[in-house]
Amino acid sequence: MPFYRNIAAKIALLPMIVISLTVFVGCIIYSFFYSLTNSKLVPVMNYVGFDQYERLFKQRKWDVAVENIFIYGFVFTIGCLIIGFLLAVLIDQKIRGESLFRTIFLYPYAMSFVVTGLVWKWVLNPTFGLENSMHMWGMTWFELDWLVNRDLAIYAVCIAAVWQGAGFVMVLMLAGLRGIDEDIWKSLSIEGVAKWKSYIFVILPMLRPMVVTAIVLIAAGVVKVYDLILALTSGGPGYATTTPAMYVMENFFSRANLGQAFAASIIMFISVVCILAPWAFYEFYLRNKYANN
Amino acid sequence: MKKFFSILLTIFVPLSFTNVSKAGSHMEAEVIHWWTSGGEQAAISEFAKAWEEMGNTWIDTAITGGDNARGTTVNRIIGGNPPTAAQFNVSKQFVDLVEQGLLQSLEEVASAEGWRDFIYPPELIETCEFEGEFYCVPVNIHSWQWMWINNDVYKQVGLPVPQTFEEFLAGAPKIQEAGIIPLALGGQGWQESGMFDVVASSIMGFPLMQSIYRDKDLNAFRDGRFESVLNTYRELNQFTDEGSPGRLWNDTTAMVIEGKAAMQVMGDWARGEFAVAGQEAMVDYSCVIPGKEKYVALGGDVFVFPKNDDPKVKDAQLAMASMMVNPTVQAKFNNAKGSLPMRLDVDTSAADACMQMGLDLIQNPDAIMRESDDWNTPAFTAAWGDIISEFRNDPNYTVAQVMDDLEGVLTSGL
Repeated sequence: MPFYRNIAAKIALLPMIVISLTVFVGCIIYSFFYSLTNSKLVPVMNYVGFDQYERLFKQRKWDVAVENIFIYGFVFTIGCLIIGFLLAVLIDQKIRGESLFRTIFLYPYAMSFVVTGLVWKWVLNPTFGLENSMHMWGMTWFELDWLVNRDLAIYAVCIAAVWQGAGFVMVLMLAGLRGIDEDIWKSLSIEGVAKWKSYIFVILPMLRPMVVTAIVLIAAGVVKVYDLILALTSGGPGYATTTPAMYVMENFFSRANLGQAFAASIIMFISVVCILAPWAFYEFYLRNKYANN
Repeated sequence: MKKFFSILLTIFVPLSFTNVSKAGSHMEAEVIHWWTSGGEQAAISEFAKAWEEMGNTWIDTAITGGDNARGTTVNRIIGGNPPTAAQFNVSKQFVDLVEQGLLQSLEEVASAEGWRDFIYPPELIETCEFEGEFYCVPVNIHSWQWMWINNDVYKQVGLPVPQTFEEFLAGAPKIQEAGIIPLALGGQGWQESGMFDVVASSIMGFPLMQSIYRDKDLNAFRDGRFESVLNTYRELNQFTDEGSPGRLWNDTTAMVIEGKAAMQVMGDWARGEFAVAGQEAMVDYSCVIPGKEKYVALGGDVFVFPKNDDPKVKDAQLAMASMMVNPTVQAKFNNAKGSLPMRLDVDTSAADACMQMGLDLIQNPDAIMRESDDWNTPAFTAAWGDIISEFRNDPNYTVAQVMDDLEGVLTSGL
């Protein structure tokens, strides 16, 4: 492709390209550089090799953080997709008051994660939340201590996140469902296919672009999750719900341990690249190759 | 409304007042601090008033949370737009700034006014002095070493007010039977490790603590007494409630005030909460320094003055430093704050029974103890605190494992 083709568009993109290169690539190089130093409160060029990485991998807290991001990523993504799709299917049944329900289900998405976190913090708090109310109504067998139980706290975070994200997936899916041709439904009913079967085996594959969009948008939110957990548990009990992003922020600010923060963020960056690289390779290279053949 | 206004100030002040220089003797000073609660605001406004009475302008940049405030200060110094003065704790938090030559030396005014003669206790001078020059102004002393006890609860169950952690543990089951939470503890890292250090100093004494925290002496660490501190700490934690994780310290103090809980271990800033609730020291509540040997820890706040190219700013900085140590200003400030002054010749006639206890104790040099962050970097104390917090929250984390992990921090060179 000759260089001067679409030259106007390329000029228009130039500022964006320059900014991405300097800000993103520049900062990544900068971070890597200083992750090899023992910078504390301010960045200093005091080379210590890979000590910061060694220290990072010895941290129990970092292990917990990495484990949490996998649990959170898995439960949040799957939870949002399943619940979002179910809601979309239910709303698609030409029910009465559809726009009301759509608004209700989408509403949580309009809130910031901080608000979601605080709301669920109150609901799940065993001493004055739902558990306490149930006890006061005489149902003393009722137990809901997820938020203060170190093994379950991360799932409490997932519940809050799914509550917020599912509505958004629902809207995406609903848009997809509305785009399905009426004739397909007609032929399915002529064939006598059960409704749930047609949804799962025929309609869902047709919604692939919607599913992919939803996954990409959700996954981007997973890696950077910070505000929700900060508002809901502040990483507790102990550090049972801490995440890599929190680890980085903590070391940047309250712990005045810049070198460690840089090392952790470089590891985060590398893991994202590791996950994205095969996908990007497929999307931008293999696909074009097959398309051209 | 007041809060809203202060948020607006926080947002806009840094944008609009980038240039601090003004003509004449009139000086302008922007101060970054994290004193945002009621009592704290009353205290900082004593400084502001005194500064304005000198004919100057005070620009208040209050930022909620010490971490955030310190982060802002460091960012602005590195970004080339430093405030006139900024708050830090009595600790090693700002050592890097001194070493990088980013702070204004206050030696001129310190030696002229003889700070070394009146700052008490002298340990505070150590915090601020680097290579023979003053780089910070200590403004108060806050101590962690207190048990705050609801007297009614103990009257109700017929027990005397405990003076040590052992006595507290002995009475705790009886309190629990009465349907009251024996130990109120907010499950945030700083509260958990703060209480741990109080347990540690009261059980093993300050000299041993010093050889562990300061000298990193592994023999002292492994001689068995530290394990008994860990065991006591774990025992204490059986008597907390399940609402503990993430609870704020003042909500936790409120539980003691309302009689829902019997005791909280917290710094002397908790006294302000009792005062606001209209309770009287030693009548409605007791303040006890636990242990046979009683210590008062030297926590507290300092102000540092970042270097600025403008010579007028330096004048303002030196003038403000001098104002902050002034005995009249010190009296007003510390009475509002509920902290101890950093010099002995200050009028403390307004002190209540608990504050008086602290004032008496601090005159005895042997009763003065330092805190871990006087010797260690924030990275060290945070790594240490992580382990303590995990020990509190994970019953499967054994004492032996904790000892190994803590030793790892001691030898990490952080």
